[in-house]
Amino acid sequence: MAGTVYVLPKERFQELLDRLKADGYQVVGPVLRDGAIVYDDLHSVDQIPRGWVDQQEPGRYQLVHDRSQRWFTFTPGPLSLKRFLFPPSLSLFRVRRNGDGVQLQVTMPEPPRYAFVGVRACDLAAVAVQDRVYIDRQGLFSDGYYAAARRKALFIAVECQSYAATCFCSSMGTGPEVNHTADVVLLELEDRFVAQPRSERGAAVLTPLALEQATDEELQRAKHYVRQAAADMERQVDLTDIRDLLLRNLENPRWDQVATRCIACANCTMVCPTCFCFSFQEVTDLTGNEAERRRVVDSCFNPEFSYAFGVEVRQSVASRYRQWLTHKFATWYDQFGVSGCVGCGRCITWCPAGIDVTEELSAIRASDGSRKEQL
Amino acid sequence: MGEPTAQEAADLPAAIMPAVAPVLPSFVRVLRVRKDTHDTWTIWLERPDGYPDHRAGQFNMLYAPGVGEVPISIASSARESRTRIAHTIRRVGAVTRRLTSLRRGETIGLRGPYGSAWPVAESQGADVVVVAGGLGLAPLRPAIVELLARRKRYGALALLYGARTPADLLYTAELGKWRSVLDFQLLVTVDRADRSWHGHIGVVTTLIPAVTFDPQNTVALVCGPEIMMRFAVRDLLDRGVPARRIYVSLERNLQCAVGFCGHCQLGPKFICADGPVFAFDEIAPYFSVREL
Repeated sequence: MAGTVYVLPKERFQELLDRLKADGYQVVGPVLRDGAIVYDDLHSVDQIPRGWVDQQEPGRYQLVHDRSQRWFTFTPGPLSLKRFLFPPSLSLFRVRRNGDGVQLQVTMPEPPRYAFVGVRACDLAAVAVQDRVYIDRQGLFSDGYYAAARRKALFIAVECQSYAATCFCSSMGTGPEVNHTADVVLLELEDRFVAQPRSERGAAVLTPLALEQATDEELQRAKHYVRQAAADMERQVDLTDIRDLLLRNLENPRWDQVATRCIACANCTMVCPTCFCFSFQEVTDLTGNEAERRRVVDSCFNPEFSYAFGVEVRQSVASRYRQWLTHKFATWYDQFGVSGCVGCGRCITWCPAGIDVTEELSAIRASDGSRKEQL
Repeated sequence: MGEPTAQEAADLPAAIMPAVAPVLPSFVRVLRVRKDTHDTWTIWLERPDGYPDHRAGQFNMLYAPGVGEVPISIASSARESRTRIAHTIRRVGAVTRRLTSLRRGETIGLRGPYGSAWPVAESQGADVVVVAGGLGLAPLRPAIVELLARRKRYGALALLYGARTPADLLYTAELGKWRSVLDFQLLVTVDRADRSWHGHIGVVTTLIPAVTFDPQNTVALVCGPEIMMRFAVRDLLDRGVPARRIYVSLERNLQCAVGFCGHCQLGPKFICADGPVFAFDEIAPYFSVREL
């Protein structure tokens, strides 16, 4: 299985989508919406934003059309797979008052059977991180919705042959080559894709299409573009000793410096494909006899996030930024054994203040050991 | 008062149950309500089916439908009763207002027990010094009950308890009983006194020099406001109690109680799942960092 590599001509891509639909999958892929490329329902190849290139910089995202016939010349937009596997708002259960007692009804829906098409290495690396967060945590629990959605999902990846200025997956070891999670990996050439099945499930999707085998030349040529992208990617994070570096710099004055720019809008946590923090929401009807309990996304940048014993523990923006960055790059290792960052660069692009995590980490490294003056 | 309707577990689709289970409460009856002080009540709840014996220092999540859910430490020991669980609750917000307004026979959501425990059995052979500030006495109460139940297995035992005023003292009847226990050093103090008070005045840490224990062979259990714990830990360290034998119970914004929702993090720790009880040396690097 690992050895066989196929050719999927571009004119037969629609067949793949139809096949997935016929197999009962809800197909999700990159589409153009509201001036950005996002993951959404994908019915037709015509929805794929062919020839669009995203220009991403700190605080800036713009799409331009290039003249190439390539289909996947863009890199990930604001949405990750988190939105599908761990929905931002999810009903859990409903309670109805009944005299002095209650009736409980579980309302958590059954997740759809998703086929994610055209997803990238960083997003799949993020799914691998999320698996550690949501499934069988230290025997404590599994998040049932995520686990069910994940178990059913099919991942058809595309390896990036280009990168945005905000991308730094190569230095995080998460891309642009796909190393995680995928059932099929596609590599783009001019008029065709090279298709590598990576799982039984992936092979089962390709088999009915009766595709021809790819030549080694085709595979190597397609791989060359991916390797080139990896080699050219300039932005990077130096991961040397990163956990201890951050934890010994909790009092570094840089946190105050970044806080003068950070507006605590929580965009970075919303677009981050691994940020998992959530709250509960209690929704009541007008009579007060019925209540619904929901799980809704939350962010460590919200002031009430740390509310305890009558105060917000993290009152300053500096402390909230520090929580986010040190969680992602330091304590995540303690909790889940991996980095919380996959190098997708979304937090850089979608920060309205253009704060750049890679620059902040470099600044901490450059000022290692500095301490702000204590009162 | 009608009989409460049991939770209709039969309605739950089997496949979805485990999915929600980590945050799904059981619904139990309120068996007894006692007003302890002007703002604090103790409520005894029926023990749900399948609820394991909790350990001293653990907590439950109590859920008032339509209002919300809060973590409440368990104020009783599993030794005292296999059928009821006590929670001492201060009225501070919307959920605790509801919880402290419950009448006997009403139904409330409960899930637990969660979190780490005081090292009660582990401390046999040692001197044990318990330092409680305010409501911090509640999660320490089951530890004290268990220590006294096996008094002979421990060396010196002491409880140092401080409250804001005499009117804020919890479990006053029980304090009276404990006072008459031989070989148990019970010292009580208040920050501010009125004319009726003939006891010690000052913060609880001022009692530490007054107790007799062998620092090298002492386990200290500390719970109270964070500022009080800071000073108590400092004074215990100064007396020579090793950091690894000083236990503190931390409070943060606990919502899911299973180390998942992210609110209660202190450095690498999830207070709900790794704590709330920590040996001080585990959290020392993070405990002193402001706003962490």
